[in-house]
This record gives sequence, structure tokens and C-alpha cells, in this order.
Amino acid sequence: MEGRLARLGLQAWSALVLLFLFFPILLILFYAFNSSNVESWPIAGISVKWFAVTWNDPEVRAALFLSLQAGLTATALALLLGSLAAFGVHRLAFFGRDFVSLLFVLPLALPGIITGMALNAFFNFNGLSLSIWTIVVGHTTFCIVVVYNNVLARLRRTQGSLVEAAMDLGANGWRAFRDVTLPLISTAVVAGAMLAFALSFDEVIVTTFTAGAQNTLPLWIFGAIRFGQRLPEVNVVVSFVILVTIVPVVIAARLTGGEGVARMQAGGRN
Amino acid sequence: MVEIGSPKVNDARPPVQAAAAERPALRLEQVRKSYGQVLAVAGVDLAVAEGEFFTLLGPSGSGKTTLLRLIAGFERPDQGRIELGGQDVTSLPPYLRDTNTVFQDYALFPHMSVAENIGYGLRVKGVARGSRGERVDRALRMVRLEGLGHRRPNQLSGGQRQRVALARAIVNEPEVLLLDEPLGALDLKLRQEMQLELKRIQKEVGITFVYVTHDQEEALTMSDRMAVMTLGRIEQVGPPVEVYERPATEFVAGFIGISNVLERDGVRFVVRPEKVRMLVAGERPAAGLHTESGTVDQVVYVGVTTRYLVRLDRGEELVVVRQNVEAAGPAGWVEGKRVQLAWAPEHTFVLERAKNGGQEQR
Repeated sequence: MEGRLARLGLQAWSALVLLFLFFPILLILFYAFNSSNVESWPIAGISVKWFAVTWNDPEVRAALFLSLQAGLTATALALLLGSLAAFGVHRLAFFGRDFVSLLFVLPLALPGIITGMALNAFFNFNGLSLSIWTIVVGHTTFCIVVVYNNVLARLRRTQGSLVEAAMDLGANGWRAFRDVTLPLISTAVVAGAMLAFALSFDEVIVTTFTAGAQNTLPLWIFGAIRFGQRLPEVNVVVSFVILVTIVPVVIAARLTGGEGVARMQAGGRN
Repeated sequence: MVEIGSPKVNDARPPVQAAAAERPALRLEQVRKSYGQVLAVAGVDLAVAEGEFFTLLGPSGSGKTTLLRLIAGFERPDQGRIELGGQDVTSLPPYLRDTNTVFQDYALFPHMSVAENIGYGLRVKGVARGSRGERVDRALRMVRLEGLGHRRPNQLSGGQRQRVALARAIVNEPEVLLLDEPLGALDLKLRQEMQLELKRIQKEVGITFVYVTHDQEEALTMSDRMAVMTLGRIEQVGPPVEVYERPATEFVAGFIGISNVLERDGVRFVVRPEKVRMLVAGERPAAGLHTESGTVDQVVYVGVTTRYLVRLDRGEELVVVRQNVEAAGPAGWVEGKRVQLAWAPEHTFVLERAKNGGQEQR
């Protein structure tokens, strides 16, 4: 009887924690369907009119486009640099390898404000005007980390003798990579890319310091909330950001058995 | 060179007795390899004949696996020459050498089916799909895995994986097949089964096998010839009978089987436990036998045999093994009992390091 009571208590407690975590998010999703532009309880009525209004708002459209562009570019760069770094650290034994590995992971653990300020100072000092490219550079610094972590973890879990076996059977280095290494790490690469994009798509702090006059979607939300304008549109945009962020994270979790996501969060950002 | 595609099945050869083949399948000349300060292989010379089942036996750290990796091309020697079928391959990468390896951890590709694993070598070499499928099927039959070609490696048992690893190597018909403790991960029963199986397959295909193991019984039962290694060196090369009956050094004598090392009149010699007779009270030793007396110290019943530890009156301890032909110890050789031991001088062998050296009999 006591065991059952304890179990019930734990279940109730877990439900409370989940509610605490997700209630505000659910509320926003709910308000996105509010027919009135005043947030009151209960809502005046259910409507999708704000979706149409938001979709036709040129500012939101520009912000969305910029976010997608910056996110995809940063992800592509992170894929290239992050996997190369992972291969290097995995394959080569050199003095200070652990330290180099730590340096690769550091940008995710560093507070965003430090990365942002440092980049901002660097761009100013070199007379580089802030643009989409400065945003991409900022995002790439932490996107590299998730790709690097995912690929490196997979490489370490892959039997070293597999590549040797391929070469033993007549495959040269490139063929062994294509036939054996690549298929075995592919899901980790894809998961890393998904997480990188999700990180980039909702990033605010580093973006604040590296964006010029243009707004990414999170920056637009931030501005709109601060000035208290167009709150119904904000609810719609936030709902959209939640969706775009959660879907890749869920896919990544599936691809890596949950480890990849844990590694992303371990960095402390997001 | 073995031609790819030419089936060598049923090429039954007699076991090779001597190393002196015209053109050995594998020849090593003063091969050395060190890792930093550690000398893993310390100048090895070796010739393995075509079609031979050759075993490298040694304790862990003796350099046998390094030697195998040098032959496969995963490591480059610091010094020396490696020849395969008369061709110098010392500086060739593994993918250009006519060797294939059965790895200790099998190293099966987890993302490929059993058939794809076995056919990988042929695919890389550009063998057409049709004849590839045929050869894969034949290899599957040879290792008795017909019908499992579509499975993934993780759907197989340990013994089955071992067979796939073997088939994947053998299907390429290499000049030399290298096996790195392939049975190490299997349980005793399966291991003994696979020992016979491996021997059968080797006879069937006639490919030269170089087999690495630390298991002396495995080496004795399977090999045409074997090399005993320690500290990066080969101590003795020869057929199992010769290595067991006439070990060249104290290390070999101690590593293979149980050896009793005694010193009499300044000569160190070895006598195997099964060659020592224990005489029942009052029994006269046959003419020509050397006798010594002692006390039974310990009796260990091992099923087929009983092992007695006898303390000789002259000081040393001797292990004596008796077959349990009758139900129990017939003469009641219990601990503390006085016994007479006898052995024929021709069953002993003098160790090389003895003062007057050589292999003379005592």
C-alpha cells in the first residue's frame, strides 16, 4: 500500500513539474488563437485571423527570411568545420589534444553575452559593418560545438577495427571512409545539424550583438514585446518558433537515442 | 599470386612438414618494430610454406599480434623485409596486399547484411554482381550459414559472427589468411568445435593460414607448424610434436604443457609429467630407468587424469600426471605417502642453456 502511495505521490509531483515547465508555452499557443487583440481570460473567441495578419506582415516576413538564411548558413558551416574538427581530434594523437577538444566545446558553455560582446568588439575594431554575415559567424561559434560533440561521440563508439577491416578487404582510405565511416556516423551528423539549426533559430543574445539594422525572428519578438506592440502577432510567431525548434530536436533525439540532445543542453545555452 | 576468381576448393594437400618450400607464401626477414621504448618485434625471420597452417603462439605482449599486423600492413616495420608469394610488400598499404584478416573482435560492418559483409572485398575489387553472389553463397555454405545472408551481424550469435568474419576473409582467396585469436571470445565447447571446423576449411581451400593464439592447446591441435614467441622473438619453430616433445628453450618448455625442470650433475633438463612413472610399493623399475624417491605433497583429481605433486628427497618438486584408467588411485597415493618415481632418460631433454649445451640425451 505504501509503495502505491509513494508512486502516486511521485506521479503527482512529476505532473506538477511538467506543468511548471510547459504551462506558459501552452498558454502562448492558446492565445495565438485568440480572436481579440486583448489578452483576457477566458479568451473572447477562437480564430486564426492572427495567423493571416502575421503571415502578411512584411517585417515578420523579413525577419523569418533572415533567420532561416542565417540558421541554414551557420548550420552548413558548422557541419563542415565541426565534423572536420571531430575527425581530426579522433584520428590524430597530438600533444594537447584534450585541451584542443575543450576549446572546441567552450563556445557553447561561455555565456552568450561574452561571445556576443567579444565578436561585436572584434567587428568594430576591424571596421566590419554588422550584417547577416556577422550573425552567421556568431551562430557558427556555438553551432560547431553540437556538430563536433555528436560526431566525435559517434566516432568514439565506432569500432576502430572496422576501417582496418575495410582496408584489409581492398578499400583505400577514401573508399573505406565512404563505405564504412560515413554510413556509421551519418545519423550523428544529421542530428548535429538539426540541433545546430534549432540553436541558431531561437538565439537572442549573441544575435543582439552581431546583428545590424536587420531583425531575426527572435529579435523581432523581443522588440515587439518590449514596445508592447502587436502582441497577438507575437503569440503566433512564438508558436511558430517553438514548432521549428522542437521538431529538429525531437528528430535529433530519435537519431541519437536521446544522447545528442543531452549533449546540447549540457553546454548550458538555450 | 592467387588468382581472384579461381576456385581452389578441394585442392587437398598433404600437411607441409618442412619449411623448405621453393617459394614460400610468406617470408619475413629481420623484421623489427618498436613503439617508443618498447621493442614489440625484435628481428624476426620466418618462412611459411604455401598451404601451411602456421601458428604464432605466445603469451600476451610477446609480439605475435604486432607481427600479424605487420604482415597485414596495418603497421610498418622499422626495419626488415616482408614478402608475400615472392613479392616484396614491405611498403605496401593493406589494401594492396594479398592478405585478409579475421579480426579478434570480428569487425563486421554493422550497417551491412551478412552477405554484403562477405561480398565487400569482391565488390571493392570490381567483381561482377553475378559471380559475386555465387561466391558469397559458396562461402556461406562453407561456413554452414546457408540462408542467413540477409541477416544483420547483430542478429547473429557469437559463433555465427565468427563464421561470417572467416567467410568474409576467405571468399577473397588471399595468398595468406591472417587470424588474430579468432576463437578467443567463444566458450570452450564452441571453441573446440570451431578448431576442427577451421582445420577442415583450411584443408578444403588450401589457403595458407597464419594463426595467432595464446592457447597452447589450440596451437598444438591445429598447426602444421608453429612458432613460439616471447619478448618479440621467436624461440622455436617446428611441428607441434617436435615443439612439445623437444622444446628448445626453458621458456618453450615452461609455456607449453607442464614441465619439470631438474638439475643433476650440473645439467639442467626437463621431464614431462606424463612421462614419469610412479611405482607401487615393492615394484622393481624396468631396466634402464632412472629412479628417484619422494613424498606425495598434493593430489589433484582432474577427471581424466590425476595430478600429483611429489617432493623429491633431493629437494625439487615434480608434477606427475596419471591417467585414471581405474576408478580411483589404485595404490592409494595419498598426501604424505612415500613413492618411487622412474623415467626413461630418452624421455628427458636437456635445455639449451645447460653448461654443456646441445640437445644430447641423458
